[in-house]
Amino acid sequence: MENLNILIVGVGGQGTLLASKFLGAAASLMGKDVKVSEVHGMSQRGGSVVTCVKMGDQVASPIIDLGEADIILSFEAVEALRWLPYMKPTGTIITNTQEINPMPVISGQAVYPEDVLGKMKKDGISMVAFDALSVAESCGTVKCVNIVLLGVLAALLPEIGEEIWKQALESVVPAKLLAVNEKAFQEGLALGKKKGETL
Amino acid sequence: MKKLLLGNEAIAQGAFEAGVHVVSSYPGTPSTEITENVAKYDGVYCEWAPNEKVALEVAIGASIAGARAMCCMKHVGLNVAADPLYTAAYTGVNGGLVIVVADDPGMHSSQNEQDTRFHALAAHVPVLEPSDSRECKELTEKAFEISEEFDTPVILRITTRVAHARSLVETGARKMIDKKPYKKDIMKYVMMPGMAKKRHVFVDQRMAKLEECANKMIHLENAGAKLGIITSGISYQYVKEVFKDAAILKLDMVHPLPAQAIREFASSVESLLVVEELEPFIENFVRQLGIAYVEGKKYFTNQGELSVSAIRKAYFGVDPDCATLSGDAGVSVTDAPARPPVMCPGCPHRGVFHVLSSMKLRVSGDIGCYTLGAMAPYQSIDACVCMGASVSMAHGMEKADKQCEAQSGKPNEDGLTGTVAVIGDSTFMHSGITGLIDIVYNKGASTVIILDNSITGMTGHQQNPTTGKTIRNEDTHPVNLVKLAEAVGVRRVRVEDPFDMKKFKAAVKEEIESGEPSVIIAQRPCALLKSVNYGAPVVINPDKCRKCGACMRLGCPAIFKDGDAYKIDHSLCVGCGLCQQMCAFGAIEKA
Repeated sequence: MENLNILIVGVGGQGTLLASKFLGAAASLMGKDVKVSEVHGMSQRGGSVVTCVKMGDQVASPIIDLGEADIILSFEAVEALRWLPYMKPTGTIITNTQEINPMPVISGQAVYPEDVLGKMKKDGISMVAFDALSVAESCGTVKCVNIVLLGVLAALLPEIGEEIWKQALESVVPAKLLAVNEKAFQEGLALGKKKGETL
Repeated sequence: MKKLLLGNEAIAQGAFEAGVHVVSSYPGTPSTEITENVAKYDGVYCEWAPNEKVALEVAIGASIAGARAMCCMKHVGLNVAADPLYTAAYTGVNGGLVIVVADDPGMHSSQNEQDTRFHALAAHVPVLEPSDSRECKELTEKAFEISEEFDTPVILRITTRVAHARSLVETGARKMIDKKPYKKDIMKYVMMPGMAKKRHVFVDQRMAKLEECANKMIHLENAGAKLGIITSGISYQYVKEVFKDAAILKLDMVHPLPAQAIREFASSVESLLVVEELEPFIENFVRQLGIAYVEGKKYFTNQGELSVSAIRKAYFGVDPDCATLSGDAGVSVTDAPARPPVMCPGCPHRGVFHVLSSMKLRVSGDIGCYTLGAMAPYQSIDACVCMGASVSMAHGMEKADKQCEAQSGKPNEDGLTGTVAVIGDSTFMHSGITGLIDIVYNKGASTVIILDNSITGMTGHQQNPTTGKTIRNEDTHPVNLVKLAEAVGVRRVRVEDPFDMKKFKAAVKEEIESGEPSVIIAQRPCALLKSVNYGAPVVINPDKCRKCGACMRLGCPAIFKDGDAYKIDHSLCVGCGLCQQMCAFGAIEKA
């Protein structure tokens, strides 16, 4: 397998860390070399956060640099735009359509650009965009947005089998929350398969 | 078996396998998870100390007693612990003593970019530097061995990208290490001038022997290539990706540096490059060896982190090939509004800073989530330097004002109503209390606001001496902040709720005007604590809303403007209701 670089971006508190753990666990269950780079500390407080997951036969740097991501998994619309330069020209964005206003927008010092995702897509960026928040809510909790997004990602990575995903999820989610997260993953997977066809 | 571990988890695992007996630390990003993970192992005594100096002294004591001991901190923590470090370098150890110091190039969560290698150079202690989680575990074990073999504390230096990256680690069983016999040895452990002079001789001899050790702790790759690169730590991983054909000399020990290995490597290549983050520590050493053709900081900045693309750009002038938007896209990457960190919805600090920003105060700040009080919309904090400094700086500001007023015979014309210090509960225990003693002792009149949110927030919820819980969540005696402030001589101590903003403002005003030292304990738990539940979110009733925008002034990330309407994002709102106090029309209601 070619090295696969997945950049997970979002807003602190959205569950990007758990998503990267989940993905890292799946890669290591496949017997791949894997490195995951996380962000802790101050930026976790509602700031723009990024986590890198790199897998392959041998991984050196744990960081996904400019132009290196095969896939950007974005939890928020404008974060997909912000991190775009980290994607390969041939890469794909999977993104939640949710918009969360950063403080400079709330305090009137900056503007949240309109229809970011639509404009990016129209300009030829390969993208799967959907309302992951609503899907997560329909599964029972807004907190499983991360797992819904991972489900969509799984649809694009058929080389990682369903059994691996299942085991990986069990290894990162507490037992009492497993059912709701499994549901969220399956919903995401089904959605990803459907969206993937129109990519 | 192989596990996907954070560098910090791997250090904890390495210490566990090395049979560590005692671990004492103070939390600090990016080092916190080491000690948090040590606490998960049975058979290791583990604690959060009030600060890094205490933590290191506990570890030194444990080592003298004969146990293997470890102490973990962030880079600036080593400044606090520098006092014991520099002399423990003289006493040496009995049981192995390892000090893990996490540097933060790029300042992901720090106030400066200091380079721990210079502390080690000045203190004469060896430094090991891992480049991934596997090495974190292995070099932690090795550090204990070196410590005991060479009779020295050993620093394990990591950086954020090593601490907070996960990679695969082969884990093993714990070695059951017996405590070393304790023998009274005044010449070795009592550092008075007569003894210390002898130990200084030992220290210099030890560094020479350690250099032999450093010469063995190297990895040579692609020998015979024309370009040779000397590197260590995370930079090694970047070098592996950028310079696929270069010869690499990777150093596991970065102080003392292996002169012999470097000389041999330098003479085997046509050009020599040092790739290291922050200061030219290795490069300077190579140059001191008389190897004048070495290059390094000529290309690479000492500011921030290196990366694969930064190294490529600096050395080869090559830009990466990135996904881009065309000029016709109607949006560009630079249109993404900045998203700095913010106080969380429900954060108890929000009430404090909304009040302070309305009072024309000079606010002496400190290290914690509440440093965000310097950001819009509060822009309340005037200065932030280091742990505990808020209290002593406020005293300095107040004394400066008074002294200069007395000298000029005129009141200051800075338009301020007064000065307050704001400091978190954990930071106050760390080193705020000494500042408060100074205020009382030297007849100051500052007002200190202790933001008591019942936890150490910024680093991710660690217990501290005020919370009544140990690192393992066992019940313990909590320090009573009211009694503590009273005990040092503060007569005006009061507990206030920062979410009752009207009353809180009156309290601040009263204490500033009191003309004597005062402490206000702003008590309300961190909104991220599981025990905090404000119930349903609040909503803005559009029929009652007059669109005045007053609620927005709180700077709550859950409140936003949609067209000309104000709304609350129910996925972010925790229902704390602080914004209800902002609305004069009662438009904000519980959902």
